[in-house]
Amino acid sequence: MRVTSTINVAFRALRRNKLRSALTALGIIIGVGAVIAMVGIGSGAKAQVEAQIASLGQNVIVISSGSTTSSGIRTGWGGAGTLKIEDAEAIRREVPSVIGVSEEVPSTAQIAAGNQNWFTRVMGESPDYFDIRQWPLAEGAPFTAQDVRSANKVCVIGQTTATQVFGNDDPVGQTLRIKNVPFIVSGVLTPKGLSIQGTDQDDVVVMPYSSAMKRVAGGTTLRNINVQVANASDLEPAEQQITSLLRQRHNIRAGRDDDFTVRNQQEIAEAATATADVMAGLLGAIAGVSLVVGGIGIMNIMLVSVTERTREIGTRMAVGAHGRDILTQFLIEAVSLSSVGGLLGIILGIVASKILSAIKHWPSLISPGSIVLAFLFSAAVGIFFGFYPARKAAALDPIEALRYE
Amino acid sequence: MNNGTVVKLIDVHKTYLTGEVEVQAVRGVSLEIQRGEFVALMGASGSGKSTLMNLLGCLDRPTRGQYLLDNTDVSHLNRDQLADIRNGKLGFVFQSFNLLPRTSARENVELPLLYARHALSNHQLRERADRILASVGLQGREEHHPSQLSGGQQQRVAIARALINDPEVLLADEPTGNLDSRTSIEIMGIFQQLNERGITIVMVTHESDIAAYARRNVVLRDGLVLNDFAVAERRNAADELGRRSDGVMD
Repeated sequence: MRVTSTINVAFRALRRNKLRSALTALGIIIGVGAVIAMVGIGSGAKAQVEAQIASLGQNVIVISSGSTTSSGIRTGWGGAGTLKIEDAEAIRREVPSVIGVSEEVPSTAQIAAGNQNWFTRVMGESPDYFDIRQWPLAEGAPFTAQDVRSANKVCVIGQTTATQVFGNDDPVGQTLRIKNVPFIVSGVLTPKGLSIQGTDQDDVVVMPYSSAMKRVAGGTTLRNINVQVANASDLEPAEQQITSLLRQRHNIRAGRDDDFTVRNQQEIAEAATATADVMAGLLGAIAGVSLVVGGIGIMNIMLVSVTERTREIGTRMAVGAHGRDILTQFLIEAVSLSSVGGLLGIILGIVASKILSAIKHWPSLISPGSIVLAFLFSAAVGIFFGFYPARKAAALDPIEALRYE
Repeated sequence: MNNGTVVKLIDVHKTYLTGEVEVQAVRGVSLEIQRGEFVALMGASGSGKSTLMNLLGCLDRPTRGQYLLDNTDVSHLNRDQLADIRNGKLGFVFQSFNLLPRTSARENVELPLLYARHALSNHQLRERADRILASVGLQGREEHHPSQLSGGQQQRVAIARALINDPEVLLADEPTGNLDSRTSIEIMGIFQQLNERGITIVMVTHESDIAAYARRNVVLRDGLVLNDFAVAERRNAADELGRRSDGVMD
């Protein structure tokens, strides 16, 4: 019963100073609001990156050809041309968990149809590419293994390319001149949007890698080999099998470096989400600082309040309040301020992140967990920053407190 | 009305350490106060009367000697036990009223009961506070804040607060120090009325004309009792107020 009357006493004290109570709570409102909004935006960004990673395909391993040194000049990754078509076929044949392989020959080219022309990326791939990337066609048909064998002049184009070159016309069956070589457009891909790097993935022409080698890029080597395995648990063993297979095929002696790199999609994802994680962490930390500042505001006001109410504390003690009653009263005042501020801050944070994502088109993701955490944290801020002033009040000597001017 | 000793001090000392210097504020006071007495503690500043008041009020403990309040030895109680004694057996009236600002008279009067061992319901609190306020002539002012009340009315609220727990002793520290002479007489009138009803009052004052409203005066000097006597020509506040208003009528 003593506790309930202490709560009563604390609320009476807060009501006596409405404006001050409101301003003190405002510090926490802003702090918690900032945490909720910033963490929401941070995790929204992270979710977006993760969705983009997933659009790269499931359980994918990318093998890139290595760099080479000629006359002391080192080329970058992919410059060595160490990956051969036979390497890809060996992987297809000898690594059991592999369900799809796409030989990749990337290049860029000027393309034209009718009186329109356009500069775009041209990707030489195998038919497995569309399964590996989980990239179905919107209309038409993909090229076939037969097209690859014969290096046929067929291609599939992305949505952006289709609009730029053919406008509103249906591109399927039409002729597209790539480096002045006429190709037949067999299909149009579904839109995929921006990649993690921000390039437009739909601004692309995909054709058999054999055709790309012969007609567009030149050369006989592969830049990358995209490999898909059946399960995520197959990724590690498949990577090891591919590495030893390629070292053997490339006659690399033990102790020498690989002339290729093997990365799985998980590593790519980790690298990409690491940035988002840092972003989210940074935003949260900055918002956290404002919450701590809000807490210091509470401590400041409570200290002022203890000094200002020294006589009141003396009077309460004279009529029988224990030190503990005074401590509880001031703690309840601090915690009420911080938790009411926390509740309002949660509302403010949700509203702010909704407004931000509406105006700036930033995705935001507010989880119930982060709301509960923010509320508990704000209450904890009240206890932490309220404790010192409350203890100071409780330790006052009643005689001196009564005489305080 | 002398039905027992309510306050008994036996050779009480109080020594303060201010830095390196020992200050002997009270140097061996023995004093007995019977139930129903109205005692004025007098003395110049530095005589030890405030220190003695703090000891009587259980706000402080004696360095040496014994203090029996209502036959209980309270000389060696700890902070919380002293707080319970103050809450249950003592009522305080201060020179500067010490009311909570921006708080209604009723809530001010309820204050000691909020810390009482046996909590009352809000309804009981309110009923009791209103009854006591009425008994000191503040009926209809229950909702007023201290700033809306005159000095005399504020002191009445403080007296009501001191009475709400039915104390054994009402302790008043210069209760008229901040009041004009007419209001002082009014407050003394209330004290005399309360004393007629059997309430024991101990009042610190340095004004001998205020002390003349008490039944007994104890004069302190240098931490010792200099003089202890029954008031011979006791003033009567009710008569004086009647005469004053007669004067106004003329």
